[in-house]
Amino acid sequence: MRKLALSDEILLSIDKPARYIGNELNMVVKNPGMVDIRFAMCFPDVYEIGMSHMGIQILYEMFNRREDVYCERVFSPWTDLDAVMRDKNIPLFSLESQDPVKDFDFLGITLQYEMCYTNILQVLDLSHIPLRSKDRSETDPIVIGGGPCAYNPEPLAPFFDLFYIGEGEAVYDELLDAYKKIKQIGGSREEFLMLAAVIPGIYVPAFYDVTYHDDGTIDTFRPNRKGILPIVKKVVISDVDTVKYIEKPLVPFIKVTQDRVVLEIQRGCIRGCRFCQAGNVYRPLREHSLEYLKDYASKMLKITGHEEISLSSLSSSDYSQLQELVTFLIDEFKGKGVNISLPSLRIDAFSLDVMSKVQDVKKSSLTFAPEAGSQRLRDVINKGLTEEAIIRGAAEAFHGGWNRVKLYFMLGLPTETVEDMEGIALLSEKVAETYYDEIPKEQRRGKVQVVASSSFFVPKPFTPFQWAAMCTKEEFLERAYIVKNKFREMLNFKSLKYNWHEADLTVLEGVLARGDRKIADVLEEAYRQGALYDSWSEHFHNDIWLKAFETCGINMDFYTTRERSLTETFPWDFIDAGVTKEFLIREWKLAGRQVVTPNCRQQCSGCGAKEFGGGVCYEDKN
Amino acid sequence: MKIRIKFTKQGTMKFIGHLDLMRFFQKVMRKADVDICYSEGFSPHQIMSFAAPLGVGLTSLGEYVDIEVNSTGSTTEMLARINAVMVEGITATAYKKLPDHAGSAMSMVAAADYTTSFRTEYEPEDGKTFSASFKEFLENDEIWVKKKTKKGEKDVNIRPMIYSLNIGTNKILMQLATGSSANLKPEMVVRAYLDAAGQELAEFAMLIQREDLYADLGMDGQRRLVPLSRLGEDIE
Repeated sequence: MRKLALSDEILLSIDKPARYIGNELNMVVKNPGMVDIRFAMCFPDVYEIGMSHMGIQILYEMFNRREDVYCERVFSPWTDLDAVMRDKNIPLFSLESQDPVKDFDFLGITLQYEMCYTNILQVLDLSHIPLRSKDRSETDPIVIGGGPCAYNPEPLAPFFDLFYIGEGEAVYDELLDAYKKIKQIGGSREEFLMLAAVIPGIYVPAFYDVTYHDDGTIDTFRPNRKGILPIVKKVVISDVDTVKYIEKPLVPFIKVTQDRVVLEIQRGCIRGCRFCQAGNVYRPLREHSLEYLKDYASKMLKITGHEEISLSSLSSSDYSQLQELVTFLIDEFKGKGVNISLPSLRIDAFSLDVMSKVQDVKKSSLTFAPEAGSQRLRDVINKGLTEEAIIRGAAEAFHGGWNRVKLYFMLGLPTETVEDMEGIALLSEKVAETYYDEIPKEQRRGKVQVVASSSFFVPKPFTPFQWAAMCTKEEFLERAYIVKNKFREMLNFKSLKYNWHEADLTVLEGVLARGDRKIADVLEEAYRQGALYDSWSEHFHNDIWLKAFETCGINMDFYTTRERSLTETFPWDFIDAGVTKEFLIREWKLAGRQVVTPNCRQQCSGCGAKEFGGGVCYEDKN
Repeated sequence: MKIRIKFTKQGTMKFIGHLDLMRFFQKVMRKADVDICYSEGFSPHQIMSFAAPLGVGLTSLGEYVDIEVNSTGSTTEMLARINAVMVEGITATAYKKLPDHAGSAMSMVAAADYTTSFRTEYEPEDGKTFSASFKEFLENDEIWVKKKTKKGEKDVNIRPMIYSLNIGTNKILMQLATGSSANLKPEMVVRAYLDAAGQELAEFAMLIQREDLYADLGMDGQRRLVPLSRLGEDIE
């Protein structure tokens, strides 16, 4: 019988002990003594969130396919167990072998959102690994980070030995082989990092020095030893069908956020929304073939026993064989009690027809993401959705039996005016009016329900808005009140609902997103003072953070409210993410003139991603 | 066709709660390609019901789930198929066809066997005295305890719900009333004794395993307990 790291007494006195015991269906079991490399794969948030992320499961399987590697999982202990572990000095452990993370060769941490940064420090701390790379000894694991936030790794630079920039499938084998080679000859940590640093996509922060101008902006950012390149280029898979997806997804016992088979149908996006980091850094769009997806859908449903499959991508409607894929899923699985969920679909006749087949119309709601309240501002952000398309989609949906609509917006976008803000209320009202205009009284099933929510805009690296100024907390809230007040004036006010995100959290996210190495001290100070699980609003303590900035003498506004000049060197400029700075500058200028850029299928805009040699850039050109 | 599956819940699986176990079995049915019946309606669910929820922290050798199927293979084949997709700690040990008119495991369950012991650091200092005075305590015709109900607390005489109780070397075997009409948990029995003896039962002091669940086929107030698995037949 498996032994657990925690005693029965501890497990029975904390919430959801199943978070910590492993043994889920499809867990990989190996003898740790029989492998060369032990890799701890960490998602720095609670189990239910981490287990819903497909990226770590792709890598989990990929690593474990190698006989010489045993990859195991680690998550952030919830606050109840965190307290017990500190009190009893219990080291953080992996779910599979339940061995201390400190005994592993690697600790890989996925960086999915900025607000998990204090949880990274928690994981290191509870593992009894020194927080800073420079304090680690030869026996400590190599700490490596990857994922979307690795596109600006600088706020985390001192805490990581290396970062992996790009898609995990590309060069991890090379990295592990290099580690094995160094281990065999008894080489040092430093020697391994030297070898790793020349692998494409690998960034070793300790090998670069940064100097600053008097105004706090970066003067120089360059390698501090020979043989290290000044630019790190992201690595991608040019033909996504050549790599394996997940053949045996882990099936948690407890309900997790994504409690279903998640099928990634494509990577990247053709749309070019100017606020979207994923749409830029994951370029070019690369589709999986229909055959590949049919095969994985069948395999994954069979091996997990899940009763639901969901398609995943940034914009599913752009998948060129969506109709064929959805028809296959319905024909093959609908009769077997399997639900099919289709998020991120454009609302049109086709998607409504599909949705009426796979969902209970009475229970589901329709989602539109206009992102901005006016056509003018939608042109600024290059969001192709028009008011006409929304109203037409909503009308069709109302005829199809739906009467609940969700609308997603952002507030604080560059150039935003009061008219743009009020447009959120006006558009919501128009959707509600459409219901009453289109559906005769006797056919209505109750009132229409329109829920509009707005998040606050955070400029992200590698987007055309990376130069943009961000609003202050007060400005954000002021804008939300303007929208709220406009809603009050609407005729169908009672059918409308408006809510908005937390402003404090957004401002901090803005600092971390475009932060530099100086932010690391603030992170550590905030963590030391008790900041943890910042992405969970009930655990977010803004006062701790404000105090930490003050203690470290760092001004938040420098990172948020300042519009950057085109000549400024950004902390992330040493990364080549494919999209060129010239392209981003061009887009930033077009945004200012409210000029839209066609999507990749309409016309190539020369963003730079073509050099990766695959995907949409080469469609119809064979 | 009604089928009753008996299974174990051992080792680390004792930390999996009842609702999660139910979800786990739904997936097992699909993975093992059991031809289970679904309910009607827009979101059909499997026809499946469990005998009696087992508390988190308890292990068991005798858990039961009833399902309804359209067709089935033999007992041997179905056990092999089901166990091929299980996890360590959960094993199906019986697969029986029930008579068409059979009551569900949930409605039939009347008693359970438990083996309980004290964890090492919680053992009574003097085992002999403990066992002698516990036995004496059970000679009482009435044992009154406060039981929590939805409306607060009420006094309950648990003595009639203790069908048998044997004390061995650091081991107490109990047969207790279980089910919707009368239900008694093993800790409650030990706590009642310790309360009477002026002692307290520490949290986590007991290790408890459920051994089997029984139906009462007796008539006229005469108890005749039969393991739930015996109410069905193997399929050849």
